[in-house]
Amino acid sequence: MADLEAFRSDLQRFLAQNAPDAVRGLVVSAEGDGNWGGRKATYDPLEMKRWLEVMASRGFTAPTWPKEYGGGGLSPEEAKVLRQELAAQRLPPPLIGFGLEMIGPTLLRYGTEAQKRQHIPAIARGEIRWCQGYSEPDSGSDLASLATRAVRRGDHFVVTGTKVWTSYGDLSDWIFALVRTNPNAKKQEGITFLLIDMATPGVSVRPIKLISGKSPFCETRFDEVRVPVANVLGEIDGGWSVAKALLGFERNMIADTFGTVGSARSERRGSRLANLARDHGLGASDALGDAVVRDEIARCEMDERAFALTVQRSRDAARAGHQPGPESSIFKLYGTELNKRRTELSVRIAGPQGLGWEGPGFDDDELLLTRHWLRARGNSIEGGTSEVQLNIIAKRVLGLPD
Amino acid sequence: MQLVLSEDQELLAKTAADFVASRSPVARVRALRDAADPQGFSRPLWKEMAELGWVGIPFPESCGGAGMGFSELAVVLEALGRALAPEPFLSCVALAGQTLLRAGSEAQQRAWLPRLVSGDALLAFANQERESRYDLQRVATSARRQGDGFVLSGEKIAVLDGAGADAYVVAARTSGALSDASGISLFLVPASTPGVRCERQWRVDSRNAAILHFEGARVSQDAVIGREGEGLATLEAVVDLATAALCAEMLGSMSEAFARTLHYLKNRVQFGVPIGSFQALKHRAAQMFVEIELCRSAVMGAVRALDAGDAEARKLVSVAKARCSETAMLVAHEAVQMHGGIGMTDEHEIGFFLKRARVAELTFGDAAWHRARWARLCGY
Repeated sequence: MADLEAFRSDLQRFLAQNAPDAVRGLVVSAEGDGNWGGRKATYDPLEMKRWLEVMASRGFTAPTWPKEYGGGGLSPEEAKVLRQELAAQRLPPPLIGFGLEMIGPTLLRYGTEAQKRQHIPAIARGEIRWCQGYSEPDSGSDLASLATRAVRRGDHFVVTGTKVWTSYGDLSDWIFALVRTNPNAKKQEGITFLLIDMATPGVSVRPIKLISGKSPFCETRFDEVRVPVANVLGEIDGGWSVAKALLGFERNMIADTFGTVGSARSERRGSRLANLARDHGLGASDALGDAVVRDEIARCEMDERAFALTVQRSRDAARAGHQPGPESSIFKLYGTELNKRRTELSVRIAGPQGLGWEGPGFDDDELLLTRHWLRARGNSIEGGTSEVQLNIIAKRVLGLPD
Repeated sequence: MQLVLSEDQELLAKTAADFVASRSPVARVRALRDAADPQGFSRPLWKEMAELGWVGIPFPESCGGAGMGFSELAVVLEALGRALAPEPFLSCVALAGQTLLRAGSEAQQRAWLPRLVSGDALLAFANQERESRYDLQRVATSARRQGDGFVLSGEKIAVLDGAGADAYVVAARTSGALSDASGISLFLVPASTPGVRCERQWRVDSRNAAILHFEGARVSQDAVIGREGEGLATLEAVVDLATAALCAEMLGSMSEAFARTLHYLKNRVQFGVPIGSFQALKHRAAQMFVEIELCRSAVMGAVRALDAGDAEARKLVSVAKARCSETAMLVAHEAVQMHGGIGMTDEHEIGFFLKRARVAELTFGDAAWHRARWARLCGY
């Protein structure tokens, strides 16, 4: 514990000396906010770039990764202290994204030494931005039916096919993709996990507009794209197990995203839904006039609190050295359903002011209510639909027969 | 607060599970019901539970207790809930016992707590009235000052484990109007007091509940628990404790009802396959699992907040009770439905889970009531 406090005071000195004032208090609120790095990165404010470099110099962008690959080499306890200090000093994360959360941990587990040396330091320094190439137009929930084919030509694969829902594909430098290398094997057994430089000739990206308007999603096409065989992560035809491991990291990320709603901290500013109701004619300063709305708000907040407690329970169990319990399987399912409910309720509370698309008559917050409600519909579809999550729980956790 | 069981709590859970498995099958509940047992639970088993140290869990060592908290009591109650064990933890330990521990005079504590902890004395708690529902502030039963004592008049209902209790903790109004916050006093009333009459109620779960009639019952000044007219705070505090304890019991019962249903889904064959292979049932089973996991977190959060004296404790108790009320009913209704015809018979045990779930749901406030309380505590 004494070591931890020494680490904390060293860290406080480091942050006091090096954190640019201009980045303090920046909040990541909208989808795509924050610093994602990469060759096409734009920094707003410009000091974000210096903040990234300062933190990367100590490996604090990837706190728990090994130092030899540009990580911080911190213990989980030290990483927690780092998070606490950043929060206490109102400093934003220096870097976020799928490199840190998804492909990085997967490379650390499955990568060759050469792959780790090539990719992991570049991720930790924010030089390369990654996107995910899993789904295809004809392969949604049935991901293993994917058809993008990779044909071996000497020391290269030639990749042809289309990936959809490649979030930030237009802003990324590399893509990790699932491709079919053996069309004759059982569908899970002919898939290979491939790392592809998006600057390679034949790669093209088109943004997808959603019911909520502009979105991070893209369609990424591969037309005879040559990819070195050395870019296979794991075994050729053995990509399915790598893909599933990565999905585990993805679910952790989603739990982090949705697990903070309903925590005691987020409620200290007062009930946002109740304030929204007051602002839209549903009550004065104390009890809301509409008992039904009041009940719905309470139900939403109480379920959020129970969910936050479940995320905490899972983390506490992990820290106490227990294997992940069955509770972790519900994060994606319940966290996304909660977000859908909150956004849906918000629009109904706002009434006619919840209907704005753009232009006069609505303030910025009201316009966001509409967009968030529509965008949240996708929460229970992307990353495995709620129905697929229920199937997984029924099979893996409850052991119900096929 | 750590939402993980300590090693001691794990050990306690295992001891309780082993005890329940060998000594307290659900068949015991059926036998008590069929015999119309006036006590509704087993005195000898209660004595054994006391000897195991369970009755004394949230009492200090000075009165024979273990000096632990509701986090530990919850572990035991969850195990007992799995078997629908009807022993009087809520009434004796959480309600009446904690009232005396928190507000009782030294003499009252000395007279009752050691015997309560040893399992020899039974205390019950009388606050609910026909019109009050879950409102602790609405007290019509009156305590009129007369000489150096009081005269109690009125009626209490749903007095948990009231039949056969040795004494009652009674909420009565010494001043003020029907729903005033002040003017509520708590009294310790021996069951043998003239003018006190107890009537056993038969509710759907067949557990011990009673109507208490106070017809000019005289008690002395030293029957007052705490300060005259200021009983509401104690009342609220112990009902919160009992609510959390009940949630722990409900968590055990719903987990067991779910486990039995899951077993049935895997073994019942129709159309040539186990019915658990049908997606219509799989998804509903998975939904129940999710809800139960959330209940577990809410219960753990509530009891730990209560033990820590956390400012959030009341809100977390409401989260736990609202969740457990709805999930207990969801699971019990689904359990009967998924068991099909056999689930409707009295011969099968799953119906006992449904009946207990209903009573637990409507004890100390149902889900809607606790949502309203949450809103009030959050200022809207």
